[in-house]
Amino acid sequence: MDLRGKKVTLHDMCLRDGMHSKRHQISIDEMIAVSTALDEAGVPLIEVTHGDGLGGGSVNYGFPAHSDEEYLKAVIPRMKNARVSALLLPGIGTVDELKMARDCGVNTLRVATHCTEADVAEQHIGLSRELGLDTVGFLMMAHMVEPEKILEQARLMESYGANCVYVTDSAGYMLPDDVRARVGLLRRELKPETEVGFHGHHNLGLGVANSMTAVDAGATRIDGSAAGLGAGAGNTPLEIFAAVMDRMGVETGVDIFKLMDVAEDYIVPMMDEMVRVDRESLTLGYAGVYSSFLLFAKRAEQKYGISARDVLVELGRRGTVGGQEDMIEDVALDMVKEREKADELAAGGGA
Amino acid sequence: MKIRAALIGSGNIGTDLMAKALRSEWIEPVWMVGIDPDSDGLAKARDAGLKTTAEGVDGLLPHLEEDNIQVAFDATSAYVHADNARKLQERGVLMIDLTPAAIGPFCVPPVNLKDHVGKQAMNVNMVTCGGQATVPMVAAVGRVQAVEYGEIIATVASKSAGPGTRKNIDEFTRTTARAVREVGGADKGKAIIILNPADPPLIMRDTIHCITAEEPDQEAITDSVHRMVHEVQKYVPGYRLKNGPVFDGRRVSMFMEVEGLGDYLPKYAGNLDIMTAAALRTAEMFAQEIDKGTFVPEPSTPAVAETA
Repeated sequence: MDLRGKKVTLHDMCLRDGMHSKRHQISIDEMIAVSTALDEAGVPLIEVTHGDGLGGGSVNYGFPAHSDEEYLKAVIPRMKNARVSALLLPGIGTVDELKMARDCGVNTLRVATHCTEADVAEQHIGLSRELGLDTVGFLMMAHMVEPEKILEQARLMESYGANCVYVTDSAGYMLPDDVRARVGLLRRELKPETEVGFHGHHNLGLGVANSMTAVDAGATRIDGSAAGLGAGAGNTPLEIFAAVMDRMGVETGVDIFKLMDVAEDYIVPMMDEMVRVDRESLTLGYAGVYSSFLLFAKRAEQKYGISARDVLVELGRRGTVGGQEDMIEDVALDMVKEREKADELAAGGGA
Repeated sequence: MKIRAALIGSGNIGTDLMAKALRSEWIEPVWMVGIDPDSDGLAKARDAGLKTTAEGVDGLLPHLEEDNIQVAFDATSAYVHADNARKLQERGVLMIDLTPAAIGPFCVPPVNLKDHVGKQAMNVNMVTCGGQATVPMVAAVGRVQAVEYGEIIATVASKSAGPGTRKNIDEFTRTTARAVREVGGADKGKAIIILNPADPPLIMRDTIHCITAEEPDQEAITDSVHRMVHEVQKYVPGYRLKNGPVFDGRRVSMFMEVEGLGDYLPKYAGNLDIMTAAALRTAEMFAQEIDKGTFVPEPSTPAVAETA
């Protein structure tokens, strides 16, 4: 793979996707410490919000330690070079939160939909563009449909005003060929001035390899997070990816050693538990399940005494999409009922 | 005596509503109003013996008196509804609004329908599909004890979410959250909608989370929830409590599934079915009161819509 001479914009996810693995409890002090250290390391773009985006604070996804507005207002004024992005999922957040984020000074607004539902983002993408923001369409769970469908949906987002469209591997399910097929098709068929991005999860240990493939196929924005702090087995570990890009002669503008230090000195000590490919996060990648379901499934295991892995596999079988966290307890309760029924049958077997 | 009604809008909702109204003991659908002479809905209406016009509400106005139309269901759009409401209400027609216009007060039949009849409301709004499916559950908890916070998550099959909903999905979340407060009685409300493209399409499902102000009375809430489910089942037989109520500290959660009757819309589109069924239920209640003489439709002026 020859990537020499290419340029890539790295986008850090610690303070947004990382909120999932922190149960949305990152403190304001941690937000400031991490963002200023990332800025110092030359990371050009940093995402800050609730894990489920603007307005994500809820029983369903978890209430954050602070509001999106408090986080954004704490981080944005302290940035020397880095710009800040916010995520918005239509159906969860609204244009009210979009305007709030703009007023706080975000540079980039990313509007995320399931990979077949781009048309719910028309209002938000249109407004974001109208407000002069760098506007990104974010097609989640992109492994679930064929590349042609992704292209159709990306074209919609482009037509609403997105100047960049992402192939988002929310489940960490894609293999490098899946990434190449999708990113490559978008690069060939979208307008030349529309950027293509890739957002990976490390559930199959392929975050770095998939992101390299995305760059080779024409992506110019790559998401990752220092030490991989993110949902599931985390995002593409950004310091590793930056080092690989450097080795391959790709310009990222990031200070590799400083970024390693952020990962080691700030992020790893923040982790409630090690973000890694374990039995459950591997199941996400293997079964194609939305990465932020991980901790909810583990909680259901504790509460109901059923296997988190079984819950995740069942969620995959039912075709759940991003945002359906409420299905986890529902599925767990179904499994408890089935178990009780089986126990009764076993107990009544001799009667 | 049946009360004679006009159906405005010949799309999925209007056509499904017609199928249900044709079975009603209290409502007689007489007119269907569309804007496309070739629409499937208008053809179905003609086959069913209804009078039709493709000229919009203006095509209906000259016939209101001779056909004694007392109730109109509006399944068009928020924008068109404002105009329809003005033209029909000044002629004394009662409006059942299925659009997100929300000019009139919200109506969720098992919770507050009787209040509207008592107040002589001439325009009632049916909230949203998510609202019809979830607000009864918030109210079921709320009638036992104070609900500090109500949150609902509505998941619908992609195929059952029409272009109107998609173009303005914020309207869904805002309107539903408002109904969780205003009709459900929660101090704070939040609504989330998820579209799922699975094929075969999934049946509408709804999760309702309530945070009660004090420790929840589990027995009383469970009983109240089951009674409320039974009330909704009177007009939506496929309204089911799948799991719950689950209690976790002060959190009370209900997991629902809403299967439609499959009249014009497929069974998975319980979200659309619960709207048409609730609208018909509302009209029937008014019809009974009109029949008894306790509700007298009068010419009125619609309020100005809060949202355009």
